[in-house]
Amino acid sequence: MKKKMPLTLYLILKSPLTLFGAVLVILLILMAIFAPLIAPYNPNRISLREKLAPPSLKHPFGTDEVGRDLLSRVIYGSRISLQVGIVVVLLAGIPGILIGAFSGYYGGQFDNIIMRLMDIVMAFPPLVLALSIAAALGPSLVNSMMAVAFIMIPKFSRLVRGETLSLKEKPFVLATRAQGGKPLYIIFRHIIPNSLSSVIVLASLVMGDAILVAASLSFIGLGAQPPTPEWGALVSVGRKYILDQWWYATFPGLFIFLAVMGFNLFGDGLRDILDPKIRGR
Amino acid sequence: MRIAKYIGIRLLYIIPVMLGVTILVFLISHTIPGDPASLIAGPKASKATIERIRHDLGLDKPIYVQYMIYLRGLLKGDFGKSIRTGIDVATDLKKYFPATLELTFFSMLFAIGAGIPLGIISAIKRNRWPDHISRTFSIFGVSMPVFWLGLLLLLVFYSKLKILPGSGRLDTILSPPTHITGMYTIDALLTGNWPVFISALTHLILPAFCLGYVYLAIITRITRSSMLEVLNKEYIETARANGIPEKSIILKHALKNALIPVVTIIGISFGELMGGAILTETIFSFPGVGKYVVESINYLDFPAIMGFTVVVTFIYVFMNLLVDVIYAFLDPQIRY
Repeated sequence: MKKKMPLTLYLILKSPLTLFGAVLVILLILMAIFAPLIAPYNPNRISLREKLAPPSLKHPFGTDEVGRDLLSRVIYGSRISLQVGIVVVLLAGIPGILIGAFSGYYGGQFDNIIMRLMDIVMAFPPLVLALSIAAALGPSLVNSMMAVAFIMIPKFSRLVRGETLSLKEKPFVLATRAQGGKPLYIIFRHIIPNSLSSVIVLASLVMGDAILVAASLSFIGLGAQPPTPEWGALVSVGRKYILDQWWYATFPGLFIFLAVMGFNLFGDGLRDILDPKIRGR
Repeated sequence: MRIAKYIGIRLLYIIPVMLGVTILVFLISHTIPGDPASLIAGPKASKATIERIRHDLGLDKPIYVQYMIYLRGLLKGDFGKSIRTGIDVATDLKKYFPATLELTFFSMLFAIGAGIPLGIISAIKRNRWPDHISRTFSIFGVSMPVFWLGLLLLLVFYSKLKILPGSGRLDTILSPPTHITGMYTIDALLTGNWPVFISALTHLILPAFCLGYVYLAIITRITRSSMLEVLNKEYIETARANGIPEKSIILKHALKNALIPVVTIIGISFGELMGGAILTETIFSFPGVGKYVVESINYLDFPAIMGFTVVVTFIYVFMNLLVDVIYAFLDPQIRY
């Protein structure tokens, strides 16, 4: 892994789309970290005199129905979206990786049952399952993250299971087993670390997906609730004003689009780079 | 008749998946915080009323008995009563389904009809400008929030340019065609009602484009990479060496084989389409099941939400079954 890094970095720099994705992701992270420094106003500052003002030098993205600065709200919104992405990847990734590794390693009936359970989760259209879970848990940002994480678990477990199936026949694993290595040791010392490069690719793609699905849930009223400056929630409120105050829904939506595209391009590019068979296509 | 056997096995395999789906939906609807009985009874109900409703709903029985009752209801097409509208969820779904079906049909038509040619052009003109345009178009598509795209389309084509209608299924001055299928374009065609046909069709353009765009992007991508893979195969080289015209190589030899993964992705991504329909119908006030479920969410109308979830998931599962069957015909190597 260590030796591979400079080559991976070199290939990222050589692929314009991957680089573009990486730049978008880095900008998103910087925006989230430095939100208080970049945002021109307090995102919750109400100024009724300036309500629904069009974009201007003073308010580049315009203002909302109570005169809050939309640029500042969009900047602070990046914190929520990034948080959604990270939390979902952790909540789905950790159980997903463990399920996949154990299921693949032990095989047999256990594996069969686990994989059929995953099939059931995957039988649902993703947004539809997330919607019904989020509705049952009650509308809130935390609940929507749990709902999105739940639908993402099979992605990780199926990937890691596949990796495990091929890894467990590799000489170094067989050798460890012959020396009396316990299954737990083999799974945590060999199988999971060696699956990580594919997991990282998937994690990037899931980040994008998670941000998109969570924003969709907020849009239909099941995620973050207004006045939280979550991008999906902003578009949802801005929708009422779309015909006359176009800026309200347009800018937050643009940022959802850019963030999701960043993770997608980066993840796709990374996959091509890490999989030499399809490199350069 | 090995295909028949294969289809039979696939059909059998669906049964446990469907059962699993109903169990999961049942469990989800039982995690509702708060008591459905008091939710239905309303805030002013007495304790006795709530107890009676609880008994009527069978909520006092053990959970597996409740599930059996629920499953028996499902098999008879009984999804319970909607809390919001007070009528059977099944009746509501039946009423709104044709609109969604019509919308998804046109979206698929657009996505497949444009996506496959775009993917082919992209592969043939690889790394030249048609490829770059088509790839950018599809990269945008897979990252696009459907609800945002819908709003932008409304803003541009309905509000600014004023060339397309932005809500509903028909002009308000027209009355719906005689009910045959419930799909306005088809019913209007069958009854020869041209004004309604044209109005219904124009009302479908923006929503179908909005919903189909993501799907189009996915199909374009897969067609491109699958074509590229096939075009590198030896039999294509052989065909070229034999002097077969390039057009015929691409359309006859390459495309048929390249379409196999495309068919799979059409099935898998159908789930995206069903999810997208929820958002698209909301944006365009298109009265289908997607808009129905979003309205139900505002009332925490669980029978309606769960009924929708089960029906849509069953459709998705059947769609994938259909795709597997087509797959079996396309690829003679796939056999159980």
